[in-house]
Amino acid sequence: MLEVRDLCYSVDTPDATQDILNHISLTIPDNKLVVFTGPNGGGKTTLAKAIMGLVEPGEGTILFDGQDITGLSITERARLGISYGFQQPPRFKGIKVKDLLGLASTKKLLSKKDACSYLTQVGLCANDYLDREVDASLSGGEVKRIEIATILARQPKLMILDEPEAGIDLWSFARLTETFEELHRRGDCTMIIISHQERIISLADRVIVIDRGAILQQGTAEEMLPAIVSGTLGSCPMISEEVRA
Amino acid sequence: MSELNSVDTALLEIIAGMKNGKADGAYNIRKDSGCADRVNTDNVKITTKEDKPGIDVTFAPGCKDTCHIPVIITESGLRETVYNDFFVGEGADVLIIAGCGIHNCGEDASEHDGVHTFHIGKNAKVKYVEKHFGEGDGLGENIMNPATVAYLEEGAVLQMETSQLAGIDSTRRETRVVCSEGAEVVVTERLLTHGKQHADSDMEIVLNGTGSRGRVISRSVAQDESVQVFRPRVVGNAKCFGHVQCDSIIMGNAKISSVPEIAANDIDAQLIHEAAIGRIAGDQLLKLETLGLTPEEAEDRILKGFLA
Repeated sequence: MLEVRDLCYSVDTPDATQDILNHISLTIPDNKLVVFTGPNGGGKTTLAKAIMGLVEPGEGTILFDGQDITGLSITERARLGISYGFQQPPRFKGIKVKDLLGLASTKKLLSKKDACSYLTQVGLCANDYLDREVDASLSGGEVKRIEIATILARQPKLMILDEPEAGIDLWSFARLTETFEELHRRGDCTMIIISHQERIISLADRVIVIDRGAILQQGTAEEMLPAIVSGTLGSCPMISEEVRA
Repeated sequence: MSELNSVDTALLEIIAGMKNGKADGAYNIRKDSGCADRVNTDNVKITTKEDKPGIDVTFAPGCKDTCHIPVIITESGLRETVYNDFFVGEGADVLIIAGCGIHNCGEDASEHDGVHTFHIGKNAKVKYVEKHFGEGDGLGENIMNPATVAYLEEGAVLQMETSQLAGIDSTRRETRVVCSEGAEVVVTERLLTHGKQHADSDMEIVLNGTGSRGRVISRSVAQDESVQVFRPRVVGNAKCFGHVQCDSIIMGNAKISSVPEIAANDIDAQLIHEAAIGRIAGDQLLKLETLGLTPEEAEDRILKGFLA
Protein backbone atom coordinates (compact mmCIF):
# COMPACT_ATOMS: atom_id res chain seq x y z
CA MET A 1 0.00 0.00 0.00
CA LEU A 2 1.17 3.48 -0.83
CA GLU A 3 0.26 6.37 1.43
CA VAL A 4 1.08 9.97 0.70
CA ARG A 5 0.47 12.33 3.61
CA ASP A 6 0.38 16.08 3.38
CA LEU A 7 2.96 16.32 0.64
CA CYS A 8 4.22 19.80 -0.25
CA TYR A 9 6.72 20.89 -2.86
CA SER A 10 7.51 24.39 -3.95
CA VAL A 11 10.03 26.17 -6.13
CA ASP A 12 11.45 29.64 -5.78
CA THR A 13 10.93 31.94 -8.72
CA PRO A 14 12.47 35.43 -8.90
CA ASP A 15 9.19 36.95 -7.77
CA ALA A 16 7.77 34.51 -5.29
CA THR A 17 7.62 30.95 -4.01
CA GLN A 18 5.40 28.83 -6.20
CA ASP A 19 3.63 25.83 -4.73
CA ILE A 20 3.73 22.83 -7.05
CA LEU A 21 2.24 20.37 -4.56
CA ASN A 22 -0.02 21.75 -1.90
CA HIS A 23 -0.70 19.36 1.00
CA ILE A 24 -1.57 16.36 -1.13
CA SER A 25 -2.71 13.20 0.65
CA LEU A 26 -3.80 9.95 -0.92
CA THR A 27 -3.81 6.22 -0.31
CA ILE A 28 -3.46 3.59 -3.00
CA PRO A 29 -4.27 0.02 -1.95
CA ASP A 30 -2.21 -2.88 -3.34
CA ASN A 31 -2.67 -4.02 -6.92
CA LYS A 32 -4.95 -1.17 -7.90
CA LEU A 33 -4.62 0.82 -11.07
CA VAL A 34 -4.84 4.55 -10.44
CA VAL A 35 -4.74 7.20 -13.13
CA PHE A 36 -3.53 10.73 -12.39
CA THR A 37 -4.99 13.14 -14.87
CA GLY A 38 -5.61 16.87 -15.10
CA PRO A 39 -4.28 19.93 -16.85
CA ASN A 40 -0.59 20.46 -17.72
CA GLY A 41 1.40 22.00 -14.94
CA GLY A 42 -1.07 20.72 -12.36
CA GLY A 43 1.55 18.77 -10.39
CA LYS A 44 0.96 15.16 -11.58
CA THR A 45 4.53 14.50 -12.65
CA THR A 46 5.99 16.17 -9.54
CA LEU A 47 3.81 13.99 -7.32
CA ALA A 48 4.86 10.87 -9.23
CA LYS A 49 8.53 11.89 -9.06
CA ALA A 50 8.26 12.53 -5.32
CA ILE A 51 7.04 8.96 -4.85
CA MET A 52 10.08 7.62 -6.75
CA GLY A 53 12.43 10.01 -4.93
CA LEU A 54 13.28 12.00 -8.05
CA VAL A 55 12.21 15.20 -6.31
CA GLU A 56 12.51 15.91 -2.62
CA PRO A 57 9.32 17.21 -1.03
CA GLY A 58 9.48 20.16 1.34
CA GLU A 59 6.98 18.65 3.75
CA GLY A 60 4.98 15.49 4.19
CA THR A 61 5.64 11.77 4.31
CA ILE A 62 5.42 8.87 1.92
CA LEU A 63 4.78 5.37 3.26
CA PHE A 64 5.23 2.27 1.16
CA ASP A 65 3.97 -1.00 2.64
CA GLY A 66 3.97 0.75 6.00
CA GLN A 67 7.60 1.87 5.76
CA ASP A 68 8.45 5.57 5.76
CA ILE A 69 10.41 6.02 2.53
CA THR A 70 10.45 9.84 2.51
CA GLY A 71 14.18 9.95 3.31
CA LEU A 72 15.23 7.05 1.08
CA SER A 73 17.28 7.47 -2.09
CA ILE A 74 16.00 6.58 -5.57
CA THR A 75 18.15 3.42 -5.53
CA GLU A 76 16.74 2.30 -2.17
CA ARG A 77 13.18 2.87 -3.34
CA ALA A 78 13.88 1.00 -6.57
CA ARG A 79 15.18 -1.93 -4.53
CA LEU A 80 11.97 -1.91 -2.46
CA GLY A 81 10.05 -2.51 -5.67
CA ILE A 82 9.12 0.96 -6.92
CA SER A 83 9.70 1.63 -10.58
CA TYR A 84 9.31 4.72 -12.74
CA GLY A 85 8.79 5.19 -16.46
CA PHE A 86 9.93 8.63 -17.59
CA GLN A 87 7.82 10.78 -19.85
CA GLN A 88 10.92 11.56 -21.90
CA PRO A 89 13.32 8.69 -21.30
CA PRO A 90 17.04 9.38 -21.72
CA ARG A 91 19.12 7.76 -24.46
CA PHE A 92 22.45 6.05 -23.89
CA LYS A 93 25.31 5.87 -26.37
CA GLY A 94 26.78 2.39 -26.30
CA ILE A 95 24.11 0.75 -24.15
CA LYS A 96 22.06 -1.79 -26.05
CA VAL A 97 18.39 -2.57 -25.52
CA LYS A 98 19.30 -5.98 -24.12
CA ASP A 99 21.82 -4.37 -21.72
CA LEU A 100 19.19 -2.00 -20.39
CA LEU A 101 16.68 -4.83 -19.95
CA GLY A 102 19.39 -6.85 -18.21
CA LEU A 103 20.12 -3.99 -15.81
CA ALA A 104 16.41 -3.58 -15.16
CA SER A 105 15.78 -7.25 -14.53
CA THR A 106 15.88 -8.37 -10.94
CA LYS A 107 17.17 -11.74 -12.14
CA LYS A 108 20.91 -12.22 -12.25
CA LEU A 109 20.83 -13.22 -15.88
CA LEU A 110 17.96 -12.15 -18.06
CA SER A 111 17.12 -14.91 -20.55
CA LYS A 112 16.65 -13.99 -24.19
CA LYS A 113 13.16 -15.45 -23.98
CA ASP A 114 12.19 -13.10 -21.15
CA ALA A 115 13.81 -10.10 -22.85
CA CYS A 116 11.83 -10.87 -26.00
CA SER A 117 8.60 -11.19 -24.08
CA TYR A 118 9.03 -7.74 -22.48
CA LEU A 119 9.60 -6.18 -25.89
CA THR A 120 6.66 -8.02 -27.41
CA GLN A 121 4.43 -6.71 -24.65
CA VAL A 122 5.18 -3.15 -25.71
CA GLY A 123 4.68 -3.99 -29.39
CA LEU A 124 8.32 -4.22 -30.48
CA CYS A 125 9.76 -7.10 -32.45
CA ALA A 126 12.54 -8.39 -30.22
CA ASN A 127 14.79 -9.55 -33.05
CA ASP A 128 14.95 -6.05 -34.48
CA TYR A 129 15.75 -4.35 -31.20
CA LEU A 130 17.73 -6.45 -28.71
CA ASP A 131 21.11 -5.56 -30.23
CA ARG A 132 20.35 -1.94 -31.04
CA GLU A 133 21.80 0.85 -28.98
CA VAL A 134 19.38 3.02 -27.01
CA ASP A 135 20.74 6.10 -28.78
CA ALA A 136 19.55 8.77 -31.18
CA SER A 137 19.01 6.16 -33.91
CA LEU A 138 15.77 5.17 -32.19
CA SER A 139 12.63 7.23 -32.60
CA GLY A 140 10.88 8.84 -29.63
CA GLY A 141 8.13 6.22 -29.71
CA GLU A 142 10.65 3.38 -29.79
CA VAL A 143 12.62 4.76 -26.83
CA LYS A 144 9.38 5.21 -24.96
CA ARG A 145 8.31 1.63 -25.51
CA ILE A 146 11.76 0.34 -24.52
CA GLU A 147 11.41 2.42 -21.36
CA ILE A 148 8.15 0.66 -20.54
CA ALA A 149 9.77 -2.72 -21.31
CA THR A 150 12.45 -1.96 -18.68
CA ILE A 151 9.68 -1.34 -16.13
CA LEU A 152 8.09 -4.68 -17.02
CA ALA A 153 11.49 -6.35 -16.63
CA ARG A 154 11.77 -5.05 -13.07
CA GLN A 155 8.54 -6.80 -12.10
CA PRO A 156 7.94 -4.04 -9.56
CA LYS A 157 5.41 -3.94 -6.73
CA LEU A 158 4.56 -0.38 -7.72
CA MET A 159 5.00 0.96 -11.22
CA ILE A 160 4.64 4.62 -12.02
CA LEU A 161 4.29 5.53 -15.68
CA ASP A 162 4.35 9.13 -16.83
CA GLU A 163 2.24 9.50 -19.97
CA PRO A 164 3.11 6.12 -21.46
CA GLU A 165 1.07 6.98 -24.54
CA ALA A 166 3.13 10.06 -25.45
CA GLY A 167 4.75 9.72 -28.87
CA ILE A 168 3.39 6.23 -29.49
CA ASP A 169 1.44 5.44 -32.65
CA LEU A 170 -2.15 4.23 -32.44
CA TRP A 171 -1.36 0.60 -33.26
CA SER A 172 1.34 0.27 -30.66
CA PHE A 173 -0.82 2.14 -28.20
CA ALA A 174 -3.54 -0.50 -28.53
CA ARG A 175 -0.94 -3.20 -27.75
CA LEU A 176 0.28 -1.22 -24.77
CA THR A 177 -3.16 -0.78 -23.24
CA GLU A 178 -3.71 -4.54 -23.60
CA THR A 179 -0.49 -5.04 -21.64
CA PHE A 180 -1.63 -2.71 -18.87
CA GLU A 181 -4.99 -4.45 -18.80
CA GLU A 182 -3.31 -7.86 -18.55
CA LEU A 183 -0.97 -6.67 -15.77
CA HIS A 184 -3.92 -5.28 -13.89
CA ARG A 185 -5.90 -8.48 -14.33
CA ARG A 186 -2.98 -10.52 -13.03
CA GLY A 187 -3.23 -8.40 -9.89
CA ASP A 188 0.34 -8.54 -8.59
CA CYS A 189 1.38 -4.96 -9.11
CA THR A 190 0.10 -1.53 -8.15
CA MET A 191 0.04 0.90 -11.07
CA ILE A 192 0.03 4.67 -11.15
CA ILE A 193 -0.37 5.95 -14.68
CA ILE A 194 -0.33 9.61 -15.60
CA SER A 195 -2.52 9.81 -18.66
CA HIS A 196 -5.07 11.79 -20.63
CA GLN A 197 -6.18 8.85 -22.75
CA GLU A 198 -9.73 7.60 -22.44
CA ARG A 199 -8.60 3.99 -23.11
CA ILE A 200 -6.21 4.09 -20.17
CA ILE A 201 -8.53 6.03 -17.88
CA SER A 202 -11.24 3.44 -18.53
CA LEU A 203 -8.93 0.73 -17.10
CA ALA A 204 -8.53 2.57 -13.79
CA ASP A 205 -9.96 1.52 -10.46
CA ARG A 206 -9.66 5.14 -9.47
CA VAL A 207 -9.13 8.35 -11.38
CA ILE A 208 -7.58 11.28 -9.56
CA VAL A 209 -7.73 14.72 -11.12
CA ILE A 210 -4.81 16.83 -9.98
CA ASP A 211 -4.82 20.53 -10.54
CA ARG A 212 -2.79 23.36 -9.05
CA GLY A 213 -0.97 20.96 -6.75
CA ALA A 214 -4.07 19.49 -5.16
CA ILE A 215 -6.61 16.77 -5.74
CA LEU A 216 -9.47 18.44 -7.56
CA GLN A 217 -11.71 15.42 -7.84
CA GLN A 218 -11.53 11.65 -7.71
CA GLY A 219 -13.75 8.69 -8.37
CA THR A 220 -14.14 5.52 -10.39
CA ALA A 221 -13.58 5.54 -14.13
CA GLU A 222 -17.33 5.25 -14.65
CA GLU A 223 -17.94 8.31 -12.50
CA MET A 224 -15.16 10.40 -13.92
CA LEU A 225 -15.05 9.51 -17.60
CA PRO A 226 -18.19 11.29 -18.78
CA ALA A 227 -16.97 14.58 -17.37
CA ILE A 228 -13.45 14.08 -18.71
CA VAL A 229 -14.60 13.07 -22.18
CA SER A 230 -17.05 15.94 -22.45
CA GLY A 231 -14.24 18.29 -21.49
CA THR A 232 -15.92 19.54 -18.39
CA LEU A 233 -12.99 18.43 -16.25
CA GLY A 234 -9.45 19.66 -16.31
CA SER A 235 -10.13 22.96 -17.96
CA CYS A 236 -13.76 23.92 -17.49
CA PRO A 237 -14.12 22.89 -13.86
CA MET A 238 -11.26 25.18 -13.00
CA ILE A 239 -13.11 28.07 -14.51
CA SER A 240 -16.41 27.03 -12.99
CA GLU A 241 -14.70 26.66 -9.62
CA GLU A 242 -13.34 30.14 -9.96
CA VAL A 243 -16.77 31.37 -10.93
CA ARG A 244 -18.22 29.59 -7.93
CA ALA A 245 -15.59 31.09 -5.70
CA MET B 1 64.64 -15.17 -26.50
CA SER B 2 63.63 -14.36 -22.95
CA GLU B 3 61.17 -16.25 -20.79
CA LEU B 4 57.70 -14.86 -20.11
CA ASN B 5 56.63 -14.58 -16.47
CA SER B 6 53.15 -14.16 -14.99
CA VAL B 7 53.24 -10.34 -15.19
CA ASP B 8 54.08 -10.67 -18.90
CA THR B 9 51.32 -13.13 -19.70
CA ALA B 10 48.78 -11.03 -17.79
CA LEU B 11 49.78 -7.96 -19.80
CA LEU B 12 49.61 -9.95 -23.03
CA GLU B 13 46.12 -11.08 -22.23
CA ILE B 14 44.95 -7.51 -21.53
CA ILE B 15 46.51 -5.88 -24.58
CA ALA B 16 46.26 -8.65 -27.16
CA GLY B 17 43.87 -11.25 -25.76
CA MET B 18 46.68 -13.85 -25.80
CA LYS B 19 46.37 -16.80 -23.41
CA ASN B 20 49.62 -17.86 -21.70
CA GLY B 21 51.58 -15.79 -24.18
CA LYS B 22 50.33 -17.83 -27.16
CA ALA B 23 48.04 -17.06 -30.07
CA ASP B 24 46.73 -18.77 -33.16
CA GLY B 25 48.52 -17.80 -36.35
CA ALA B 26 51.65 -15.73 -36.63
CA TYR B 27 52.89 -13.62 -33.75
CA ASN B 28 55.82 -11.68 -32.41
CA ILE B 29 56.21 -10.69 -28.77
CA ARG B 30 58.55 -7.82 -28.04
CA LYS B 31 59.60 -7.65 -24.41
CA ASP B 32 61.90 -4.98 -22.98
CA SER B 33 63.37 -4.27 -26.42
CA GLY B 34 64.05 -7.92 -27.22
CA CYS B 35 62.11 -10.61 -29.03
CA ALA B 36 60.49 -12.96 -26.50
CA ASP B 37 58.78 -15.22 -29.01
CA ARG B 38 58.01 -15.36 -32.72
CA VAL B 39 55.97 -17.65 -34.93
CA ASN B 40 55.80 -17.37 -38.72
CA THR B 41 53.23 -19.09 -40.91
CA ASP B 42 53.09 -19.95 -44.61
CA ASN B 43 51.40 -16.64 -45.41
CA VAL B 44 52.78 -14.33 -42.74
CA LYS B 45 56.51 -13.66 -42.47
CA ILE B 46 57.97 -11.59 -39.65
CA THR B 47 61.58 -10.44 -39.97
CA THR B 48 63.72 -8.26 -37.74
CA LYS B 49 64.83 -4.97 -39.28
CA GLU B 50 68.56 -4.63 -39.95
CA ASP B 51 68.91 -0.85 -39.85
CA LYS B 52 66.73 0.12 -36.88
CA PRO B 53 64.68 -1.50 -34.10
CA GLY B 54 61.47 -3.12 -35.28
CA ILE B 55 60.05 -5.74 -37.60
CA ASP B 56 58.72 -6.15 -41.12
CA VAL B 57 55.55 -8.19 -41.44
CA THR B 58 54.61 -9.43 -44.89
CA PHE B 59 51.22 -10.92 -45.71
CA ALA B 60 50.94 -13.01 -48.89
CA PRO B 61 48.45 -11.84 -51.53
CA GLY B 62 44.97 -13.30 -51.12
CA CYS B 63 45.71 -14.78 -47.68
CA LYS B 64 43.27 -14.75 -44.80
CA ASP B 65 45.31 -14.61 -41.62
CA THR B 66 45.71 -13.20 -38.14
CA CYS B 67 48.88 -11.74 -36.66
CA HIS B 68 49.57 -10.65 -33.07
CA ILE B 69 52.42 -8.21 -32.43
CA PRO B 70 52.25 -7.10 -28.79
CA VAL B 71 54.92 -5.09 -27.00
CA ILE B 72 55.49 -5.26 -23.27
CA ILE B 73 57.77 -3.24 -21.04
CA THR B 74 58.43 -4.28 -17.47
CA GLU B 75 61.82 -2.62 -16.89
CA SER B 76 61.44 0.77 -15.24
CA GLY B 77 63.25 3.52 -17.10
CA LEU B 78 63.32 1.74 -20.45
CA ARG B 79 62.78 4.07 -23.39
CA GLU B 80 62.53 2.84 -26.95
CA THR B 81 61.41 3.81 -30.42
CA VAL B 82 60.30 0.94 -32.63
CA TYR B 83 59.52 0.89 -36.34
CA ASN B 84 57.16 -1.79 -37.58
CA ASP B 85 56.22 -2.04 -41.25
CA PHE B 86 53.37 -4.09 -42.63
CA PHE B 87 53.10 -5.15 -46.24
CA VAL B 88 49.69 -6.55 -47.05
CA GLY B 89 49.41 -8.30 -50.42
CA GLU B 90 46.68 -7.71 -52.97
CA GLY B 91 43.29 -9.11 -51.99
CA ALA B 92 44.42 -10.34 -48.56
CA ASP B 93 42.05 -10.21 -45.60
CA VAL B 94 43.94 -9.89 -42.35
CA LEU B 95 43.52 -9.11 -38.69
CA ILE B 96 46.47 -7.48 -36.96
CA ILE B 97 46.41 -7.21 -33.19
CA ALA B 98 48.99 -4.86 -31.76
CA GLY B 99 49.06 -3.36 -28.30
CA CYS B 100 51.50 -2.14 -25.76
CA GLY B 101 51.52 -2.87 -22.07
CA ILE B 102 53.80 -1.24 -19.53
CA HIS B 103 54.26 -2.59 -16.03
CA ASN B 104 56.33 -0.01 -14.22
CA CYS B 105 57.10 -0.53 -10.56
CA GLY B 106 60.16 1.70 -10.54
CA GLU B 107 60.96 5.35 -10.14
CA ASP B 108 61.84 6.13 -13.73
CA ALA B 109 59.67 6.85 -16.73
CA SER B 110 59.10 3.98 -19.16
CA GLU B 111 58.43 5.00 -22.71
CA HIS B 112 57.41 3.18 -25.87
CA ASP B 113 57.21 5.09 -29.13
CA GLY B 114 55.89 2.85 -31.87
CA VAL B 115 55.84 3.87 -35.51
CA HIS B 116 53.61 1.56 -37.55
CA THR B 117 53.48 1.89 -41.30
CA PHE B 118 50.97 -0.05 -43.38
CA HIS B 119 51.20 -0.63 -47.11
CA ILE B 120 47.85 -2.11 -47.99
CA GLY B 121 47.58 -3.63 -51.48
CA LYS B 122 44.72 -3.45 -53.96
CA ASN B 123 41.39 -4.66 -52.58
CA ALA B 124 43.04 -5.96 -49.42
CA LYS B 125 41.18 -5.72 -46.12
CA VAL B 126 42.93 -5.00 -42.85
CA LYS B 127 41.48 -4.83 -39.40
CA TYR B 128 44.03 -3.34 -37.03
CA VAL B 129 43.35 -3.43 -33.31
CA GLU B 130 45.61 -1.61 -30.88
CA LYS B 131 45.25 -1.47 -27.10
CA HIS B 132 47.38 0.56 -24.74
CA PHE B 133 47.58 -0.18 -21.08
CA GLY B 134 49.85 0.78 -18.21
CA GLU B 135 50.13 -0.38 -14.62
CA GLY B 136 52.55 -0.49 -11.73
CA ASP B 137 52.70 1.02 -8.30
CA GLY B 138 55.98 2.87 -8.74
CA LEU B 139 56.33 6.59 -9.26
CA GLY B 140 57.71 6.14 -12.75
CA GLU B 141 55.58 7.53 -15.54
CA ASN B 142 54.22 5.37 -18.35
CA ILE B 143 54.57 7.10 -21.69
CA MET B 144 53.38 5.92 -25.11
CA ASN B 145 53.59 7.83 -28.34
CA PRO B 146 52.18 5.74 -31.13
CA ALA B 147 52.37 6.86 -34.74
CA THR B 148 50.41 5.07 -37.42
CA VAL B 149 50.75 5.72 -41.12
CA ALA B 150 48.73 3.80 -43.69
CA TYR B 151 48.74 3.87 -47.48
CA LEU B 152 45.67 2.29 -49.03
CA GLU B 153 45.83 1.22 -52.66
CA GLU B 154 42.76 1.02 -54.89
CA GLY B 155 39.76 -0.55 -53.18
CA ALA B 156 41.68 -1.35 -49.99
CA VAL B 157 39.87 -1.23 -46.65
CA LEU B 158 41.40 -0.39 -43.27
CA GLN B 159 39.45 -0.66 -40.09
CA MET B 160 41.52 0.66 -37.23
CA GLU B 161 40.46 0.39 -33.60
CA THR B 162 42.59 2.00 -30.95
CA SER B 163 41.92 2.16 -27.27
CA GLN B 164 43.71 3.41 -24.23
CA LEU B 165 41.74 2.73 -21.11
CA ALA B 166 44.10 2.95 -18.17
CA GLY B 167 47.47 3.73 -16.76
CA ILE B 168 49.13 5.78 -19.49
CA ASP B 169 50.38 9.05 -18.01
CA SER B 170 51.25 10.72 -21.23
CA THR B 171 50.42 9.92 -24.81
CA ARG B 172 50.83 11.67 -28.08
CA ARG B 173 49.15 9.81 -30.89
CA GLU B 174 49.66 10.56 -34.55
CA THR B 175 47.66 8.87 -37.24
CA ARG B 176 47.82 9.50 -40.97
CA VAL B 177 45.91 7.52 -43.58
CA VAL B 178 46.10 8.11 -47.33
CA CYS B 179 43.34 6.61 -49.50
CA SER B 180 43.50 5.88 -53.23
CA GLU B 181 40.55 5.30 -55.54
CA GLY B 182 37.68 3.47 -53.86
CA ALA B 183 39.65 2.86 -50.65
CA GLU B 184 37.92 3.10 -47.31
CA VAL B 185 39.17 3.76 -43.80
CA VAL B 186 37.30 3.71 -40.51
CA VAL B 187 39.18 4.79 -37.41
CA THR B 188 37.57 4.12 -34.05
CA GLU B 189 39.30 5.68 -31.08
CA ARG B 190 38.49 5.06 -27.40
CA LEU B 191 40.29 6.98 -24.71
CA LEU B 192 39.94 7.24 -20.95
CA THR B 193 42.22 9.50 -18.95
CA HIS B 194 42.30 10.08 -15.22
CA GLY B 195 44.54 11.57 -12.53
CA LYS B 196 46.97 14.01 -14.09
CA GLN B 197 47.22 12.17 -17.41
CA HIS B 198 47.67 13.93 -20.68
CA ALA B 199 46.57 12.70 -24.08
CA ASP B 200 47.05 14.30 -27.48
CA SER B 201 45.66 12.87 -30.68
CA ASP B 202 46.47 14.21 -34.12
CA MET B 203 44.82 12.48 -36.99
CA GLU B 204 44.80 13.12 -40.70
CA ILE B 205 42.77 11.22 -43.26
CA VAL B 206 43.68 12.17 -46.82
CA LEU B 207 41.12 11.12 -49.41
CA ASN B 208 43.00 11.29 -52.71
CA GLY B 209 41.11 8.81 -54.84
CA THR B 210 37.70 9.03 -56.48
CA GLY B 211 35.11 7.25 -54.39
CA SER B 212 37.33 7.00 -51.31
CA ARG B 213 35.71 7.14 -47.92
CA GLY B 214 37.00 8.07 -44.48
CA ARG B 215 35.34 7.93 -41.14
CA VAL B 216 36.67 8.85 -37.70
CA ILE B 217 34.67 7.89 -34.63
CA SER B 218 36.28 9.13 -31.44
CA ARG B 219 34.85 8.67 -27.96
CA SER B 220 36.67 9.77 -24.88
CA VAL B 221 36.21 10.27 -21.17
CA ALA B 222 38.40 12.69 -19.21
CA GLN B 223 38.29 12.36 -15.42
CA ASP B 224 39.97 14.11 -12.49
CA GLU B 225 42.65 16.62 -13.60
CA SER B 226 43.40 14.96 -16.93
CA VAL B 227 43.75 16.82 -20.21
CA GLN B 228 42.82 15.66 -23.72
CA VAL B 229 43.38 17.38 -27.05
CA PHE B 230 41.96 16.03 -30.32
CA ARG B 231 42.80 17.27 -33.78
CA PRO B 232 41.13 15.02 -36.34
CA ARG B 233 41.43 16.32 -39.88
CA VAL B 234 39.90 14.98 -43.07
CA VAL B 235 41.12 16.27 -46.42
CA GLY B 236 39.09 15.59 -49.56
CA ASN B 237 41.10 15.87 -52.79
CA ALA B 238 38.62 14.07 -55.04
CA LYS B 239 35.00 12.96 -55.19
CA CYS B 240 34.93 11.36 -51.75
CA PHE B 241 33.06 11.11 -48.48
CA GLY B 242 34.49 11.95 -45.08
CA HIS B 243 32.89 12.00 -41.65
CA VAL B 244 34.45 12.94 -38.31
CA GLN B 245 32.52 12.30 -35.13
CA CYS B 246 34.07 13.23 -31.76
CA ASP B 247 32.17 12.67 -28.54
CA SER B 248 33.63 13.34 -25.12
CA ILE B 249 32.43 13.08 -21.57
CA ILE B 250 34.09 15.51 -19.21
CA MET B 251 34.28 14.90 -15.46
CA GLY B 252 35.89 16.41 -12.37
CA ASN B 253 38.37 19.15 -13.23
CA ALA B 254 39.39 17.67 -16.56
CA LYS B 255 39.97 19.68 -19.71
CA ILE B 256 39.10 18.58 -23.23
CA SER B 257 39.79 20.37 -26.43
CA SER B 258 38.31 19.03 -29.63
CA VAL B 259 39.42 20.66 -32.86
CA PRO B 260 38.02 18.78 -35.85
CA GLU B 261 38.91 20.04 -39.28
CA ILE B 262 37.53 19.18 -42.70
CA ALA B 263 39.19 20.53 -45.80
CA ALA B 264 37.82 20.12 -49.33
CA ASN B 265 40.00 20.61 -52.40
CA ASP B 266 37.51 19.19 -54.87
CA ILE B 267 33.98 20.28 -55.69
CA ASP B 268 32.71 16.72 -55.22
CA ALA B 269 34.25 16.20 -51.82
CA GLN B 270 31.51 15.68 -49.25
CA LEU B 271 32.80 16.16 -45.70
CA ILE B 272 31.03 16.33 -42.37
CA HIS B 273 32.24 16.87 -38.86
CA GLU B 274 30.45 16.60 -35.56
CA ALA B 275 31.98 17.23 -32.17
CA ALA B 276 30.39 17.27 -28.74
CA ILE B 277 31.71 17.57 -25.19
CA GLY B 278 29.48 17.32 -22.16
CA ARG B 279 29.07 15.86 -18.73
CA ILE B 280 27.05 12.70 -18.08
CA ALA B 281 23.43 13.69 -18.48
CA GLY B 282 21.60 13.85 -15.16
CA ASP B 283 18.58 12.01 -16.51
CA GLN B 284 20.79 9.08 -17.55
CA LEU B 285 22.01 8.68 -13.96
CA LEU B 286 18.49 9.03 -12.57
CA LYS B 287 17.13 6.45 -14.99
CA LEU B 288 19.70 3.85 -13.95
CA GLU B 289 19.10 4.66 -10.29
CA THR B 290 15.41 3.89 -10.79
CA LEU B 291 16.59 0.48 -12.02
CA GLY B 292 18.27 -0.08 -8.64
CA LEU B 293 21.85 1.00 -9.42
CA THR B 294 23.66 3.26 -6.97
CA PRO B 295 24.81 6.64 -8.37
CA GLU B 296 28.39 5.25 -8.60
CA GLU B 297 27.27 2.07 -10.36
CA ALA B 298 25.16 4.14 -12.74
CA GLU B 299 28.14 6.35 -13.63
CA ASP B 300 30.38 3.31 -14.24
CA ARG B 301 27.79 1.66 -16.44
CA ILE B 302 27.29 4.80 -18.54
CA LEU B 303 31.06 5.20 -19.06
CA LYS B 304 31.50 1.50 -19.83
CA GLY B 305 28.82 1.68 -22.51
CA PHE B 306 30.16 4.92 -23.95
CA LEU B 307 33.67 3.48 -24.31
CA ALA B 308 32.56 0.01 -25.49
